[in-house]
Amino acid sequence: MTAFGKLIRTTAFRLTLVYLFLFALFAASLLAYFAWNTRRLITEQITTTVNAEIGEITDIYNRRGLRGLLFTMGNRALRPGANLYLVTAPNGQALAGNVGSLAPGVMGTHGWSETAYRRLDDQDNTDHRALVRVTEMTNGFRLLVGRDLEERRRLFGIVAKAAQWSILVVVVLGIGGGIFVARRVLHRIDAMTGTTKRIMAGDLSGRLPVGRSGDELDRLAENLNAMLERIEALMVGLKEVSDNIAHDLKTPLTRLRNRAEEALARSSCEGDYRAALERTIEESDGLIRTFNALLMIARAESGQARGNMDDFDGADVANGIHELYEPLAEDDGMTLRVKSAPSPIHGNRELISQALANLVENAIKYGKPETAAEPPSAEAMEILIEARRDGDHVLLSVTDHGPGIPEGDRKHAVERFVRLEASRTLPGSGLGLSLASAVATLHGGELRLGDSHPGLVATLVLPARAAGSDRLAAQTPDVPQKAA
Amino acid sequence: MTATAPQMRILIIEDDRESADYLVKAFREVGYVADLASDGEEGLSMAETGDYDVLVVDRMLPKRDGLSLIGSLRDKGNRTPVLILSALGQVDDRIKGLRAGGDDYLPKPYSFAELLARVEVLSRRNVGPAEETTYRVGDLELDRLSHRVARGKDELTLQPREFRLLEYLMKHAGQVVTRTMLLENVWDYHFDPQTNVIDVHISRLRSKIDKGFERPLLHTIRGAGYMIRDGIR
Repeated sequence: MTAFGKLIRTTAFRLTLVYLFLFALFAASLLAYFAWNTRRLITEQITTTVNAEIGEITDIYNRRGLRGLLFTMGNRALRPGANLYLVTAPNGQALAGNVGSLAPGVMGTHGWSETAYRRLDDQDNTDHRALVRVTEMTNGFRLLVGRDLEERRRLFGIVAKAAQWSILVVVVLGIGGGIFVARRVLHRIDAMTGTTKRIMAGDLSGRLPVGRSGDELDRLAENLNAMLERIEALMVGLKEVSDNIAHDLKTPLTRLRNRAEEALARSSCEGDYRAALERTIEESDGLIRTFNALLMIARAESGQARGNMDDFDGADVANGIHELYEPLAEDDGMTLRVKSAPSPIHGNRELISQALANLVENAIKYGKPETAAEPPSAEAMEILIEARRDGDHVLLSVTDHGPGIPEGDRKHAVERFVRLEASRTLPGSGLGLSLASAVATLHGGELRLGDSHPGLVATLVLPARAAGSDRLAAQTPDVPQKAA
Repeated sequence: MTATAPQMRILIIEDDRESADYLVKAFREVGYVADLASDGEEGLSMAETGDYDVLVVDRMLPKRDGLSLIGSLRDKGNRTPVLILSALGQVDDRIKGLRAGGDDYLPKPYSFAELLARVEVLSRRNVGPAEETTYRVGDLELDRLSHRVARGKDELTLQPREFRLLEYLMKHAGQVVTRTMLLENVWDYHFDPQTNVIDVHISRLRSKIDKGFERPLLHTIRGAGYMIRDGIR
């Protein structure tokens, strides 16, 4: 496309053309209205003057007869100006006046007509036009009074010329302005197109130029830039996740492969093979678990799990998870306690149970006090599961008295596959908190990590079910608390 | 395997040749009669004509998908127990599968031990032992109505959940019960805990019912799960 072709295809230019056409049309009709009105005014003036003169002359004729008429006519005909006079006898012979010749048959008519004429005193032999009125007087004499139309024609000519010029100026200025505006807009759009092409080619750091005028293009560019910012952040996040997936899935896969290889190369008896195969199955079970957790997080994050929501009491979930994990904690030398008050929730019970289970598993795994010197107090070895309602929210929290998570690391800890340095050596997929967080987000809540001085409080903050549908909680007033 | 006189007949409807062959071979090795159908239509006609104890149905099949196959079997009044195998393993997929008329749902990838344990439990249902009020294994006795458990002359005190765990194990006495089956049926959770929670519950139960007795009843089956039975092999 040529530069000009591109220019005239711009919206700005096309809009200019439309406005130009409308404006020219408006100017033309204004001038036409003006011209037509002027012409009407002049014609009105002529008819008034002519009518008055005919009245006067008829009066003179009636009072002073033909002589008086001829005398007056002689006088008036000699006055300079654009007035025409003619008196004819019944036989058609001109008796007085300043008209040399007329279009044939005009004197035979009665009333108003427009005609070509020549004056007696005219030097040039050109026809002029006049508006005349013919009246018949007594005794067959006829009187013509009229006025030249040159004035009207000239005025009309001036208006017509003005119209031509003004339309020409409008068109030239309009097209020029259109090109100017179109080029300006085109220039900025070209800059934007260039940037977007760079971005499409893979350079996500590119940003659209934003001017200082704050006009609609600047606002658009600002919004697009904000969108690009978000996309870039998401892409970076995605890359981190895929790097982590590559690491956390490839590492066990590599281990698995190495073991199989080693067994092939070194094993000599059935027992060796059996042991190697058993470890292989264990390792692949771990992989499957990681994979399932990833899928579940993806599900929760995309909102697909919204289908299976129903009403239940968060206290039941807390009690259930306590009941399931209490022996495990005890085996580990810890105490798992539960404190539950009615906590009406509308949600996916299975997912919320799993999220809470993940928090409890984390507390059992990482929630032991650090001090190895003296035996920790019973209180320090305690993990508390709590369910309660706080205004519009239901809080399901797990509190331990271990080392906790430093405040700066808390946000990071929730991310997928992130395992804080301290936990790298312990088994786990690094997905527990991510899943808990995704489940909370799915329900319109969040996962909060706090400090329990010392230790970690992980809280699932979920929206409480509206008071209107509180039946379930009301029916089970006080769930008997199971304290270990 | 219990000493059921007639051989167990099983139909596997699975389109992936390799996993289908593996299943057929594995089931035959443990003494089943195993047939194979490789698409939905073939599977449906075989299931209708053959007299099978259990159907193992892949959810995504050519010609007719697994769920519609089960639906049309159930519409015709065929009540053969169905275990659905699926790569879609999320809770809502499972619910969909069970609603369509499946009796159990196992997400891929699975272990054969898990599949076998579930098939055994399902087919036992087909034989249809009446819901007894008292379960007995050796000298262990569980009364489902009065919630009393006794071994020999000793009355045992169990927590409610321990009672339900033992009840489930005894209901399927002589059959392998996997950890996932216990989590699903005793606790009604369908997620996969990263830790050995079930083992700890079992060991607590074991200390109550087996400790101090000469013959252990609750056995660990390596690589599969647990089984309760009178100690004679």
